[in-house]
Parts: sequence; C-alpha cells; structure tokens
Amino acid sequence: MIDVKHLSKSFGDNLVLDDISEHIAPGEKVVIIGPSGSGKSTFLRCLNLLETPTKGTITFDGMEITDPKADIDKIRQQMGMVFQHFNLFPNMTIRRNITLAPVRTKLMGQEEADDTATALLKRVGLEEKADAYPSQLSGGQKQRIAIVRALAMKPKVMLFDEPTSALDPEMVGAVLDVMKELANEGMTMVVVTHEMGSAREVGSRVLFMDGGHIMEQNTPQEFFDHPQNPRTQSFLSKVL
Amino acid sequence: MDLAQTYELWRQLMTQGDAEWWQTLFVRFYQAFIEGDRWRQYLQGVGITLVATAVALAIGVVLGVLVAMIRTAHDQQRPGRPKNPVLGVVNAICKVCVTVIRGTPMLVQVLIMGMVIFASSRNYTFVGALTLGINSGAYVAEIIRGGLMSLDPGQMEAGRSLGLNYIDTMRFIVIPQAFKAILPSLGNEFIVLLKDTSMISVIGGQELVYFAKNIVNRTFDAMFPLVGAAVIYLILVMIFTWLQGKLERRLRQSDRR
Repeated sequence: MIDVKHLSKSFGDNLVLDDISEHIAPGEKVVIIGPSGSGKSTFLRCLNLLETPTKGTITFDGMEITDPKADIDKIRQQMGMVFQHFNLFPNMTIRRNITLAPVRTKLMGQEEADDTATALLKRVGLEEKADAYPSQLSGGQKQRIAIVRALAMKPKVMLFDEPTSALDPEMVGAVLDVMKELANEGMTMVVVTHEMGSAREVGSRVLFMDGGHIMEQNTPQEFFDHPQNPRTQSFLSKVL
Repeated sequence: MDLAQTYELWRQLMTQGDAEWWQTLFVRFYQAFIEGDRWRQYLQGVGITLVATAVALAIGVVLGVLVAMIRTAHDQQRPGRPKNPVLGVVNAICKVCVTVIRGTPMLVQVLIMGMVIFASSRNYTFVGALTLGINSGAYVAEIIRGGLMSLDPGQMEAGRSLGLNYIDTMRFIVIPQAFKAILPSLGNEFIVLLKDTSMISVIGGQELVYFAKNIVNRTFDAMFPLVGAAVIYLILVMIFTWLQGKLERRLRQSDRR
C-alpha cells in the first residue's frame, strides 16, 4: 500500500532520515518507536508530504506521491493524520470540525457529512459534544474527535503522530481503545509512539528507529521479548 | 438677555480694557465657536475627517491584505520544490515598498504627494487620504502577516492533511483565527489613522485642523480653536476605542463560553 524507496530527509546540514526503504502492506499496523530525534516523526510526516523528502520516492496505492506533478490534496484525502497536539480548529464546533473537509472536497453533501459525523461521534461516545467548541473538551476527548475528523474522510490509511503523548495518563486509555477498535476493523495504520503498551496491543509489526535508520523490526511479541540489536536492547531496558 | 447680546456687550468692555478675566474667556470662546455659526465648520471638518479616515482605511486594508497574502504565500512555499518566479518578483517589490513607506516620515510623504506627485491636483483632501491609505497599507500588511504567521502551524497542517487545498485552509481555518488575533492591532491602526488625517492640512486639504486654523486666522486667537479640535479628536478616539472593545468581546464569546 505504501512503498518507500531510499528516502532521505535533511534539514539544512542535519540528516534526519538516511536512505530508508520500507513497505507497508494493506491492513498492517506498523508501530514506530525510538528515542527522541531518531527521525520517527519526520518519517511519518514524509508519508503524507507534510515534510518534503530530500531524496527517494514514496508510492501510495500505485501513485508516486513524491512526483512534483502528483495531486497532493487528492492523495492526502485518503490518508488520515492524527497529531500529538490534536490540532482541532478552535473557531468551529465539533460537528463543523468533522464535516468541513468532506464537504469542501465534495466527498459528501452537507447532510451526508452531518450523518457521518453523528455516527462517528456515537462510536467514540461523544455525540453530545457535536455542538461544543474544542476549548470545552478535555485532551482525551479532543484526541478522539481528531481521530473521528480524520475518519470522516474515509481514509485508506491512518497516520498517528504520538497520539497519546500530550494526554493525562487517565485519558490515554479511551484514545487507545478507539485505536484498537480501528485496528481490529482492519484499518491500515502507522503509529509513532512512546507508549510501549500500545505498541504491543495495537501493532502487528514494530519498527525501531535510531539516528535516521530503521535498526530492527519484528512482531511485537518477538520484538519486546527477544530484541536482537544491542541499541534496541539498551533502549528497551531504559523504557520498559 | 441672550448670548449674542452678552457677547456684544462684553466685547465692548474688552476693547475698553474693562472686562473681567471670565468675561474675556467667554468672548474668546464665543468667537471661536459660535459667532458666524462657526461650529458648523468644525462639524463639517469632523465629517470630512471621518470620511478621509474611512477612505484611507479602505485603501490601507485592501493594500495590506494584498501585500500580506503575497508575502505569506511566498514565505510558505514548500521547501525543496522550485519557487514560483513571479511570486518572487512581486514579493521583492512589496518588500521594497513596505521598507520605503515605513522608513520615511508620514509628514514628508504627505508633502511629496501633495506638492510633487499630485501638485496639479485640486482635491488635496483626497490626495491626503490616498497617501495615508498607502502608508497605512504598509503597516496593515505587516499586522496581517504577523497574524497569519503567528498562528500555530499545526492548524495549517491539520487542514492540509485532511485534503483541503491551500486556499480553503486559509479561508476557513487560518484567516478567521488570524482575524481575531489582529483585531486589536487593526483597531489601533484605525485610531492612529484618524489622528494622522490632521496632516492632510499641511497640503491644504480640508479637514478638522484646516478649519480650526482658518478660524485662528480670522480671530487671531489660537487657543480655543486648537484646543477645541484636540477635544473633538479625543472624543472621537474614545468612541472608537469603546466600539473596538465591544467588538472584541463579542468575537471572544464564540470560542470561550
């Protein structure tokens, strides 16, 4: 589904991603972990071109998205993204946060979008918040809305950039539940996280990144129980 | 005994040198504002001043939005892709204009516009308003650009990641939030503009100060006309400050309740 070939990214002289090649198959739930500055967020942001790669190609669903002629807006409509800091639009109600993109991109009419929003909100247990503003919600509620907002575009893949890092510990559970449910439904997911528990529960494959390289990857079970790379071992011994 | 008669009487006392100080004050006040219905001139001046301010503000906002859009669009081009050369040239022109306008005194600009560029014009009030508008455009552009740039980049990213294009993201997400953020500065700009219209009088454009100075020349008494003009400006500014505060409170209600 997503095919990354020889991807490099540098900010000025700082090489953040160094010649990464990776394939993400449909239905996979890839969890990326690693120390700060390892390039995992940059890698994720390259996948929907929020960062422009310096070198290499990314193909999504047969389309080469790194091609300068590619219609990036069309491609992004099929890739949902959830941010660490939610990035809800504070000037709109929750309902409008969710329906704006489907309506403006002509994916749905206003009525259909409203119905979709109501159905999705019900799913995450926040249907009574439809007419509230983001500032009236807690962090955990905001993040669930952010997930719903991305889902309203009916994406083929969901990208999560540290979705639980800015939440109070007690809020994390509700967000993880939504993500788990999504995973069980067969959504293709790429998740950058610091939460080893969620990596184990949500992921079908774990990537460990350090210094702009993918150092090791395996199934969650194998990865956490029998890490091979010494760098992985020392990282896991510190965080587990 | 009505005011006009009192005035005549006390004025005679004054010419004889027999008037008390408060009688003198009354005569000077009467001459400045009432005799020959001079208050109408102040009123006319206020009207023209408000119109000139509105014209200048309209020009300023249109120019400001234009320049701010060009500069922001230029600065926000995606790195790593070829830059738009037309945008580059237009951006450079905007930058030079803003630098020149912000780097020279407004008074000098008004004089140049009135006495050099539009020396043959008859409508100096409009020339003055135009100058103020162009000048204010440079400041408004920086205010708007600051507002657009100060917004959390995550808002733009969130909009774009949903598949909205640049224009829609600006229109529905960035600009409404930026507008709220820049409203206080924009209000201040309006107030500065209102006061700066007084400079139009140096090239002979008619507005409040022009009429006040005319009356000074007629009565050979500067105090009341000038202080009167100052008080009128003060009242106008206070009214607009109050209105601005009301508008801001109203806008705030939409996101915090």
